This record gives sequence, structure tokens and C-alpha cells, in this order.
Amino acid sequence: MIKEMMDKPSDEAFFWLLFSAGGVVAALLIPIQLFLFGLAFPLGWLQAPSYQHLMGLLHSPLVKIYLFAMCSLPLFHWAHRFRFTLYDGLQVKHLNELFFVLCYGGALLGTALAGYLLWMF
Amino acid sequence: MTERTIIQGAMTDQAARTEFHPRWYRKRLSTWWWLGEWHYLTFILRELSSIAVAWFVVLTLFQLRALLNGPETYARFSSRLQSPLLIAMNAIAFCFVVFHTITWFDAAPRAMPVRMRGKRVPEYMVAAPNYALWVVISAFVAWLLLRTP
Amino acid sequence: MADKIVLEIARYAPDRDTEPSFQKFEVPLRKEWVVLDALNYIKDKVDGSLTYRWSCRMGVCGSCGMMVNGEPKLTCATFLTKYGNGATVRIEPLRYFPVIRDLVTALSDFLVKLQKVKPWLIHPNQPPLSAGEFLQTPEQLDLYKQFSMCINCTLCYAACPVVGLDQDFVGPAALALAQRYNLDNRDEGAAERLATLAHPDGIWGCTFVGECTRVCPKHVDPAGAIQQYKLTAALDWVTSLVLPRGHKDANQGAAHD
Repeated sequence: MIKEMMDKPSDEAFFWLLFSAGGVVAALLIPIQLFLFGLAFPLGWLQAPSYQHLMGLLHSPLVKIYLFAMCSLPLFHWAHRFRFTLYDGLQVKHLNELFFVLCYGGALLGTALAGYLLWMF
Repeated sequence: MTERTIIQGAMTDQAARTEFHPRWYRKRLSTWWWLGEWHYLTFILRELSSIAVAWFVVLTLFQLRALLNGPETYARFSSRLQSPLLIAMNAIAFCFVVFHTITWFDAAPRAMPVRMRGKRVPEYMVAAPNYALWVVISAFVAWLLLRTP
Repeated sequence: MADKIVLEIARYAPDRDTEPSFQKFEVPLRKEWVVLDALNYIKDKVDGSLTYRWSCRMGVCGSCGMMVNGEPKLTCATFLTKYGNGATVRIEPLRYFPVIRDLVTALSDFLVKLQKVKPWLIHPNQPPLSAGEFLQTPEQLDLYKQFSMCINCTLCYAACPVVGLDQDFVGPAALALAQRYNLDNRDEGAAERLATLAHPDGIWGCTFVGECTRVCPKHVDPAGAIQQYKLTAALDWVTSLVLPRGHKDANQGAAHD
């Protein structure tokens, strides 16, 4: 049955904007970093940066902002996409509110952790 | 006229009980609907790529924590990344992350049709600058990490 | 020996069956025949009780949509030779719609959803006839023309998994047609459509699978229309946060109903 749709414009727009921003950031920034730290350096294909080099980089506020954006926004991208996948893919509609809280809560937690860790450098 | 009743009863069990619609057959979608077609499967894989994205962020958070705790902790973290299990997981995650990038650059221009001089710019020309930017950023990040100061 | 093809057709009679069954018919494979010709041959020469919709037989009325080997297709635009001599082709009613009989689906739900998006020009401030024609440049036409090509065949509904999963989802064609009117510079109804479109059952239900665009016989690109509207609605939402009074009340035009 079609529900009455005369409510105000949905707040879904907000989550979609976060999802889109996260998607762009993930697309542009993640592949190279995952390739280097996840594959190239551990497998010895390329010379891994030294501890001092990394710590030097992490003292820069620009690097901190970059990493914060790279950690936070993609998490919101995941939260949005994963929420919909659970809803559509597994059709667990009755748990919709729970998944919403778990997904976006997880993203918020990750964001807070990223902020805290980066602040400590 | 019962026209309005029929329309309001559409697609619900009410239809089964009205005089004019003795029994409409409607199949319920199986939980495995996405395995039924190749395009549905690639769609779900695209959506699941978000897990690889989240995995990378979690990995990075652990990496940052290891860095904060000193060179020995970071060395231990780095050697854990060399274990076959983590290499395998990161290899799979990398494939998914690249899949995300390609499908994202393919899809994003559809949301923002670019028009120049009244005519629609073809989609590959809108996607190309995205790929160029990706290459430039990746090269810059690689340079930052690989240069010996 | 003339070439033949077998059509395996879904049969369902509500007074007789509880679920559909398949019946095979052997049909001559003529190179100029489409699936619709085969159906007409069967109804004419083999089994007159076969029930299906068709009209123009040239791809403009949108009546003859069916699942052909699991793909939503216009049967008047699908050639038999595509499937080869001796092949078995499975014909079913369009997916995700209730089946009234055989290959005929119930479209009333789609029509209700279509009506909800107000797919007509809303222009209360129309200039009087004495002012002359409303001139629209080719560029202005180009903004919405692609979305106006929709023939309401509902192949996109049969392709979209969200339609199958969520009965209340407004669906690709209705959303694309709403966007067709939103982008038409003669139209002033964007605010009226907003509440229906920018809703979890409207554009926000769409996860950009893209199947609707792939199967559309008129190249409407409903997925593109929906993503464009998502951006518009999102920017509109942001503006409504910043300027709550400046934002037009979406219920303003409701009195028109």
C-alpha cells in the first residue's frame, strides 16, 4: 500500500552526501595506500619507509587532516552502502533500525578513534 | 464504480479477496535473488567492496596506534602484515578497492551530466579527469612515502 | 525441412492454478519473425487461450513487455533468429508484478506510483494565449528530452531488484518521468514533486544498480535521471537547512489535486 508521502523532504539526503563524499575519497586515496602498506612494503617490492620518516610525516597538520578525511569519510561510505546491502541483499528489514545504529555508530566510533589517534602525534 | 477500490488493492492480499481479482500470483523474492543474474552479482560485489574500504580504515587505525606506541611496536605491526593470511586479505581487499574506484568513476558522471555549448559531454570525457586525478594523487603519495629524506 | 523453435511459455489461470506452469509450443522459425509473431501464431493456430498484451508491434506502445530467457524485453522487438534453430526460449510475464493470467501482469500499482509523481506540466503562472507561443530552445529541450522518451513499458521495473524487494518503491520509470518534468523549463512543479521523490520510497530507495538503464528499449537512462535528482534533492536539503524560510513548502501545491 502506498504510504502517504506528504512529509518534509527526507534526511536521507544527508547520509547520501556523506556516502558520496566517502566514495570519492575512498576511490582516490585508498588504492595506493593499501597497495603500498598492504602489499608492496610487506612483500619487499618497494623499500618501506622508516619509522622516523613516517613519524616525520605525521607531525604535519596537513598530513593529519588528509588521514582524518581518509579514515572518516570512507567509513560513512561503508556505513551507508552496507546498511542498504543488509536491507536489500539479506532482506532483514525488521532489523533496519538496529543496522542503522550499528553502521553509522561504527563510522562515528572510527571517526572518533581516528581523530584521537591523529591528535596524539 | 469500483475502479478506485481495485487500484488501492493492488499488490496486496486484499486483491485476493475482491470480486474482480480472484487470485493474483506474486512470487516472493528469494534471499539469494542476487545470484540469479550476472549483473545482480556484480552489483552486490560492488556494494560489498565497501567492506574492503572499511577494512583498510581499520588497518590504518591499527597502524596509527602502532606508530604512536614506538618503533618496536611498529616493527611488530609491520611484520604481522607480512603473514600469508594478511597478505591474502590485503590482496583481496586491494582488488575490491580498485573495483570500487573503477565502478565509482564509471557511475559518478551519470549524476552530473556536463554540458558544454549546449551539448552533453560524453561520459568517458567526464570520467577521464577523475582517473587522471587518481594517478596524480597516487603518484604524489607514493613519492612522499618512498623518498629518502 | 523448415527451421523450428520451441517457446516454453508460462501459463497461469487464477480460477484453475495456484502457481504458474510452463507449456511448450513448437513454432516455425521465420527469419523476419519476432517473439510477438510467434505468440500470435500460437494463439491463432495452436492455443487460443494464450493471453498476453500487445498493440503497436513496433516498439512505441510499451504493451508487449515480457521476460524472454530471463531478460525483460519488448517481444515485438526481439527476433526469434537471435535464439537459433531448435532453441527453447522461455517466455514469462514481467518480473516483480502480480500476474493476472498467463503473460498479463497487473499494472495498477505502477499506475498509482506514476500518478503520485505528477507527470504533467505544472504551470499555474502560464502566460495568457495572447502572449504567443512559449518558445523553448533546442538546448532547453535537450535537458529533458531523453527522459521524455519513456513508453511506460515497465521493463525497468522488471529489471530493478529494489522493485522486487520493496513493494513501495516508486520505481525507475516514474522517477525518470518526474525528472523529465522537473527539467522542463515550462514546468513550475518541482517543489510539489519533492515530497514524493525525496523520500525513502522515492529516489533514496534506489541503490544505482543500473539494470533499469540497461534494459530500457528507448534509452531513457532512468538510473541517470534518478542520480541527477539525488544530487538536486541533496543540494535542496542543504539549502533548506541554511535558509528554512527561503525553501519552498513542498505541500504548497497540494491544493491542485
